[in-house]
Amino acid sequence: MALLARSEQSALAEIYDRYGRIAYGLALRVLRDEALAEDAVQEGFLAVWRNAARFVPERGKASTWILTLVHRRAVDIVRREERRRADTLENAPEPGGGDVHEDAWLRLQRERVQEALKQLPDQQREALELAYYGGFSQSELAERLGQPIGTIKSRMFTGLARLRELLGEPGLEMSWTPSTT
Amino acid sequence: MDSIHDLTAAYALDALDADDAATYEAHLGQCEQCRAALAELSDTAASLAWAVDSPAPPARLRESILSQAAAERSNVVPLPQRRSAAYRATAAFAAVAACVAVALGAWGATRGGGNGCSAGWHCSALADGRGLVAVDQTGQGVIVVNELPKAPSGKTYEAWIIPKGGAARPAGLFPGGGGTTLVKLAQTVPRGATIAATVEHAGGTQAPTGTPVFTAQA
Repeated sequence: MALLARSEQSALAEIYDRYGRIAYGLALRVLRDEALAEDAVQEGFLAVWRNAARFVPERGKASTWILTLVHRRAVDIVRREERRRADTLENAPEPGGGDVHEDAWLRLQRERVQEALKQLPDQQREALELAYYGGFSQSELAERLGQPIGTIKSRMFTGLARLRELLGEPGLEMSWTPSTT
Repeated sequence: MDSIHDLTAAYALDALDADDAATYEAHLGQCEQCRAALAELSDTAASLAWAVDSPAPPARLRESILSQAAAERSNVVPLPQRRSAAYRATAAFAAVAACVAVALGAWGATRGGGNGCSAGWHCSALADGRGLVAVDQTGQGVIVVNELPKAPSGKTYEAWIIPKGGAARPAGLFPGGGGTTLVKLAQTVPRGATIAATVEHAGGTQAPTGTPVFTAQA
């Protein structure tokens, strides 16, 4: 039993070391508050821990699953706290310090996704950013932007589909090179 | 844009209200097309996480998560008793899903022989740490390998079950490629057998000719 526990815990530690930072950055972006972002990441990773048996590898990437759980917690919190912010990516703060290799890798990925986002039509990018980073629901977006809800749905769908094309395959997870092993 | 299918993108972005999300989730159980679309759009939505700055989280967060997880110990869950229609899980895939090491990505976390399986299953790490073999009490087995390159043109991977002191038995062909390769072994696995895979000519052979790509002790 002790071995079992150690092995699973080291697996969780490894997951955290791989995705904790990106998850924290995401939660911080949505919540704009370090303590709340920590809460969202903690709840998200504990959901990973509790639901590990429900993850079906052939249905998706582990990183998507983990980030989805953390994002959902962040959105739940932001809606509860009514803290959501609507400013754009350009207004985001500069990254802090950290491991040089990891910084370089994360910067590369960041530039890649930002570049793809820039190529989207403004209205699609706006819908994706307000929904994903702002935590706005589609009905709130419709109201905020003064558009029918069908238009908002359509912008989100077309924007995501186009972004998928721009990013291309394979996904981000595949290009990961561990900095330690 | 007014059918429930159109909620897929909004759901992937977590942009549905609680009621709509519940409605969509109920629909998801019955719509294979939506599950496939959602898997794709969720990947893309998650890639948005990479577009923002990611300052290092405080060290206490890692400790807090790990200690809370240790306190809960609730990740060892029994296998689902009924097949989930939503995921069409075969027994073998459910077994795999139940292997925590796999569920957490199977990137070598099982190295060192830790058994992260639920009751009734045994998981063994592949020798190179890239995946594992799960075998149930009846000897039904499945191999999980991460990031196995696609077999070269005109070739295939072939799985082998090598009983202790016996000759290798062919246990199925698979192409590789993609993120995670799952192979249901075509024969039961005797206790203590070695599981291996080699690259063979398309169509497979009756005895392995190549060097093993990976091996594991069942």
